[in-house]
Order: sequence, then C-alpha cells, then structure tokens
Amino acid sequence: MTLMHATRTAGLATALVALLDAAALAAPADDTARWDMLRDMYFAGRPVEDAGPLLSLEAPTRAHDAALVPIRIATAPGSDVRVNAVHLIVDENPVPLAAIFRFADGGPQAVETRIRVNAYTNVTAVAETSDGRLLKTAQFVKAAGGCSAPALKNPQMTLARMGKMKLNLPDTLVAGQPVTAQLLISHPNNTGMQYDQLNYYYIPAHYVTTIAVRYNGAPVLDVQSDISLSEDPSIHFSLVPDKEGTLEVTAEDSRGRVFKQSWPIRAAQGS
Amino acid sequence: MIGAWTFWAAPALADSLSADSLTMVEVAPGVFVHAGRHAETDAGNEGDIANCGFIIGAEAVAIIDTGGGPAVGRRLRDAVRARTGLPIRYVINTHMHPDHVLGNAAFRDDGASLVAHRNFQAALMARSSHYLRTFEDAAGADAARDVAFLPVTVTVAERLEIDLGQRVIELVAHPPAHTDNDLTVFDRQTGTLWTGDLVFMERAPAVDGTALGWLRVLEALSSVPARRAVPGHGPPAAPWPDAAADLRRYLEQVVAGVRAVQKSGGTIQRAIAEVAVQERPRWQLFEEYHPRNVTAVFAELEWE
Repeated sequence: MTLMHATRTAGLATALVALLDAAALAAPADDTARWDMLRDMYFAGRPVEDAGPLLSLEAPTRAHDAALVPIRIATAPGSDVRVNAVHLIVDENPVPLAAIFRFADGGPQAVETRIRVNAYTNVTAVAETSDGRLLKTAQFVKAAGGCSAPALKNPQMTLARMGKMKLNLPDTLVAGQPVTAQLLISHPNNTGMQYDQLNYYYIPAHYVTTIAVRYNGAPVLDVQSDISLSEDPSIHFSLVPDKEGTLEVTAEDSRGRVFKQSWPIRAAQGS
Repeated sequence: MIGAWTFWAAPALADSLSADSLTMVEVAPGVFVHAGRHAETDAGNEGDIANCGFIIGAEAVAIIDTGGGPAVGRRLRDAVRARTGLPIRYVINTHMHPDHVLGNAAFRDDGASLVAHRNFQAALMARSSHYLRTFEDAAGADAARDVAFLPVTVTVAERLEIDLGQRVIELVAHPPAHTDNDLTVFDRQTGTLWTGDLVFMERAPAVDGTALGWLRVLEALSSVPARRAVPGHGPPAAPWPDAAADLRRYLEQVVAGVRAVQKSGGTIQRAIAEVAVQERPRWQLFEEYHPRNVTAVFAELEWE
C-alpha cells in the first residue's frame, strides 16, 4: 500500500465517512473569533459583507489529498458584480492567505487553483468589487497534513523541472470569445514545514510569490501567492484571445528566482 | 499452488493474534509467505495488512518485509524459529511503506543486515513521524511503543546478489514506480519473484510514485523467468506474469481515463467521478485509494 493516511490525508475513518457525506455541501464552520482575527489582519478597518449568491467557492467537502485540494471561485453568472481581486484564505493554515488574484478586466470572474490544507478549516474567498466592497463566502473543508506532507514525487525530478511552465487551452479558439486557460508552474512550493528526518532539518520554505500574466503586453492576471498553494502551482483563468497574440508569464519565487515563458496564441476569426 | 493456498487458508481464518507465530504458506521449497488482510491497520490486526515472509538457505535466513507493526514482526520471527535455527542474516524491505517495515524492530537483536533500495532511507525518514503517528492512532499507543526505524546497512543501487548458502537470491532496485524505492527479490532456485507492492492483487493499489513509471517497470518485470510471484498484497503466491494482469489493466485505465479528461479540459473532480470507475467491483478498499490515485495521476500527467 499506502502512505495515504500516513502522510497526506485524513485516514480510513474519513475515507469511509466520505462515502456517506460526499454529496453534502459543507457549510462553513462558525468560528467567529478566527475570522475576526483574519479580517483584522487582512482587511483592517474595512467592512466585509456576506457575498450571498454573488460569489461561489467550490471545494471538495473532504479532500482526497490534503496537499492538492482543488478550489474554484466564481462570480455569479449573469450578475453585474464587477470584481477586481479575489483573496483566497485558508483560515486554519499557518499562513492563511493563500493567494490574491488581481484581474485587469473588472468583469465577472472565475479562477481556480489548488491548495494545501493543514487542518480542518474554513476556506474563505473575499472578492473586492470595483466600487470598493468586500464580499465574502466560505466553505468548510476536511483535510489535514497538507502543509507538512512530503512531496510525492522523486525530489531530483522536481528540482530538474523547477520553473518550467505549461499553458493549456481548448483546441479551438475564436477571437473575442473568452476561454478558460490553465497555467501550470513546476515548483516544489516547499512550505518550510516539511521535515527531512534523514538530515534532521526542515526543508526551507521555497515557494512562488508572484505570477504576472500578460497578453500582448496588457495585464490579464496578477497573483500574489504563499506557501498554501500546492506543489506545481496551477491556475485556471479567463482569457479573451485576439486573432493573433502572445501570452507571457513571469513568475518569481521566495529566493528571487525569476521564471519566464511565453506562448503564441492563434484564434479563428470571430463572426 | 492455488490448491495449496486453499488448503492452508482454512487454518488462517482461525488464526488470532494470541497465536505465537504468523500463519505461513510454503509457496515453494524454503519460501514461506504470510498473506496480510485486506483491511486498514487497526487495534485488532495491529498492522497485519501486507504480505511478508522469508527464504531459508543452507546457512542463513532472509526476511522479506516485516509486516505493518511490531507485533507482526515478532510473530514473523516466531514463524522463522518454528522452522529453523539458522541465523537471520538479512532483513530486506521492498519499499518504505509502513505496512511493510513497521515490523523491522523485531529483528533488531538478530544482528541482521537491513537491505533496501538506495532511495529507501530518505523516503522513509521523510515520512516516519507521520507513519508513527498514524500507526498510534490506528493501532493504539501500546502497539506503537516498540516501533523503531532501524538504519539501512546495505543499499541496493542497481542489483545485488545475496548467498544464503547454496541459494542465491537476486535483488533489483527499480526506477520510480509504486514508490521511488521499489526493490524486487528473485529466488533463482525456485523461480519465485517477490515483487513487493509492484504487484497488488485483490486490494486496490496506491500510486505513491508514478503511474507511467510503474507501467514501465511492470513491462520490464514481465520478462523475468519466474514461475510465480509473491505480491505485496493478495494471495501468498500467484503465477507469473499473470499475477500483474489486473494491476496493469487498472493502471492503464486510470492513465487513459485521466488523459481523456485532460484533453477535454476537465477537472480533477470530473476525473475522480469518471475515470476507471468500472474497476470498482474488482478491488477491495477501492474507495479508500482510487480517488487519491486519480488525483495523483492527474497531477503527474499534466507534465507529460
């Protein structure tokens, strides 16, 4: 077998219970004190409203892999809410702020990423609207150990690949029509909490701190990120292609290393 | 072989932890295997959930995996002593997973060499505190008290022959597959290939290395001229290479299914819901391992 319980997920009991409640949506846990602290830390002095139906956050109720928990945040389709930025907060993680996504286009937004979850926690999204409001939604996620889990992969391979990027786009693109693009950046994103007992030290934190996505020179997305993003950070974002263009990504990590890659993108002429 | 297993399975059912030694099946002359249960570790089974056993030569004994807890290791040692007084010179771990190594401590006083893949020690020590905590949670603090992670004394980089006295066993270290430290043991005399967890039968496999690498290693192993394999989980022995057929089919379906979902822009969630679900009735503990396997393979294949 099996290191699944030992290292990264919550264990047999949870795996079995997951069968029973996988379909149930997890309402956020009512931990007002924790949230008040986080609100003061990240949004000092500003009111944070309940987003209601304007903002959604999709997350698995129980994660299969606490070091790789997919999260999707989207504004309600059809609503006229205009969002400039989304803050993703993993309430119980040692560094709760996982990422801030800043969008150049203030329209409806959807963004997706993968996070580490260190303990049962609320995962909170706070959207900043173009008129300055803060809208909050949250969901409870059961997973544990995601920050201290050793990487699954062969460590040599991970290092050899560091900084490489991939861009996934649909096979057919039409100019002017938005598509969902996926950006992957190969990086160990070490949390600083992964203990190497062979050499008796904590593997130092080493993670992607900023990601800038530019299309034909214009900003599309700027991400400020921290240790809660999973190894090999993955981000799905919305892109509106022109007939021809170039997407350029610049990422920087906590040791000041800069990674750049660009892709030509061609789209069919829109009607 | 199958007949022998059926015959021996009856007493195994009546076996309890109060018995002195593990129930062993002699799958070939001098090759003894205990088949672990298809369950997760709990206080009742104390980690007896993986296959383990030993090979007796003319001069020495080699243990191959020690079971998933100190009590299992002790009972495995008792099973050796019930059959031979020859020294236990080698304890071989096929990989670092706890259900195969937590019995190691039982052999501490035998002065045996601990033999493993060259990546084994790093992989185990990176996870040992998790393994210990999880074993404590599952089996209880009393059962966990004797857990010890003994240092590897002989590492295998590629290939190593060990002479047990008129009986040479051949150890091969594999590239990343089930884990990054899989080791097989081939007993030439009887044509018995101990695969460790490179072969799962009956119990759902866990992908803790690379699915593509695992398929490559299984392909390479299929040409080993073995009569039988001792899988890491499943019956004590099964004909080779047929023993790996179910696992290969499972891994191929997971890989193909995840690729298809990725090609159509699908998410991990969708892959978990759709990929290889037809395999569910064929494996025990499927729900405990399959969704996580799909998640791991999804992340792996994104970098193809």
